[in-house]
Amino acid sequence: MNDTLQWTDASLVREVERRSGTPASACFQCHKCSSGCPVAPDMDLMSSQIMRLVHLGAKDEILESEAIWACASCEACSTRCPMGIDVAAVMDALRMMAVERKAEVADARATSFNKAFLTSVRWHGRVFELGMMTLYKLTSRDLFADMDKVPRMLAKRKLAFLPHFSKSAKLVRKVFQRAQEEEKKR
Amino acid sequence: MKYAFFPGCSLESTAWDFDKSTRAMCQALGIEIVDIPDWVCCGSTPAHSSNASLAVALPVVNLQKAKAAGFSEVLTACASCYARLRTANHKVQHSPQERDRAERITEAAYDGGVKVRHILDVLFNDLGAQEVAKRITNPFPGLRVASYYGCLLSRPPEVVAFDDPEHPTCMDELVKAAGAEPVDWPYKTECCGASLSISKTETVNRLGNRLLTMAHRAGAECIVVACPLCQLNLDFRQAEAKKGQGNLPDIPVIYITQLLGLALGLEPGALGLEALTISAAPLSARRAVAAGQTGGRS
Repeated sequence: MNDTLQWTDASLVREVERRSGTPASACFQCHKCSSGCPVAPDMDLMSSQIMRLVHLGAKDEILESEAIWACASCEACSTRCPMGIDVAAVMDALRMMAVERKAEVADARATSFNKAFLTSVRWHGRVFELGMMTLYKLTSRDLFADMDKVPRMLAKRKLAFLPHFSKSAKLVRKVFQRAQEEEKKR
Repeated sequence: MKYAFFPGCSLESTAWDFDKSTRAMCQALGIEIVDIPDWVCCGSTPAHSSNASLAVALPVVNLQKAKAAGFSEVLTACASCYARLRTANHKVQHSPQERDRAERITEAAYDGGVKVRHILDVLFNDLGAQEVAKRITNPFPGLRVASYYGCLLSRPPEVVAFDDPEHPTCMDELVKAAGAEPVDWPYKTECCGASLSISKTETVNRLGNRLLTMAHRAGAECIVVACPLCQLNLDFRQAEAKKGQGNLPDIPVIYITQLLGLALGLEPGALGLEALTISAAPLSARRAVAAGQTGGRS
């Protein structure tokens, strides 16, 4: 019988704590975060299980999970954690780590959406929905979802044909560039 | 009362009715708002999920602009912008590294000193529900309303903090001020799925179904919200969300600014009510005729 722990790498919990700025190691597995999580039914690993796997250093299991992309950032977990852990910030840190290692992520639609949204902001200084949605559809290959709703969006004047440019769009592009440089320094 | 106003991207597009009704209601209540010149996107969820430095820097750009325009307080209507601006302030105030980083990225000084307020906070704490009630001309006697706060206005408490994080009541008090009846229901601060709307529609519809079902069971005839994402997910996606639940009636989901605007005697067109998918006409028909009016107004 082999009782050896499969994972024993403490570097993951250290990296998560550094990036999230929250004491992830303080989790004592009360599962309060999972109990109140609205998206728990859509997760392959619940938030308290993620926390435990962070302690154990199970990097691949976490970064390849769907769970980190199912999180809606509603912060119910962070609000209720008895140890004051900002669980939602841990999820943010894990999503960034998953994207950075450039391997395939479990939910490509979520990363496509984030990228399309931020590209739109970088170009115009503000979100241009029609452009963002076109870019999202092309990159996610999720071409037909919600297409039936476009006429209603247009009829209700909820989609503009032209972007609203902020006069500070140039500054925004610089902010994006410098923010990327700052992230590399962390 | 004068505030710098940060509309945000949603209020320029999918939530233009929130923008219109906020401006009309503020004018009717004597709350003066001035747009932050050349404001930029706050980054919303995509920024804080992908780049922590960007998630602080984008709100800081807007707060610096408000300060440069001579304002000490910024008002938002969008709950997501509110949470992002508050979070950026919190980080800049509590961490010298975060402050240095934000100042390096924006190439301008910022100490986290510009206060960020949500329209609910200003209505309830600056103006007061009693003061609002005094100006109501067309109340909604007997209209049963579920106040839905969602997540971003309630959490996390150390960042947003203008009402109780688990059982907020300020919107219920404003509903009462409009002469309507807030219902007691348990999902006030449950999440609607927010920005998962596009990439995980099935999750959003499941959560929407739970919220609509519970509001209906609690006896609500409509839901009032103060967030563009809550409104879109519950109203625009209502037909999909209700699928498989045969007995749910259409439930109008309107902004608190629209409910108060109607009760202040403003016309539906001045509040953008035509942008709703589930018509609010049955609600506007319920308002009482103001004293001195000849009647027949709906």
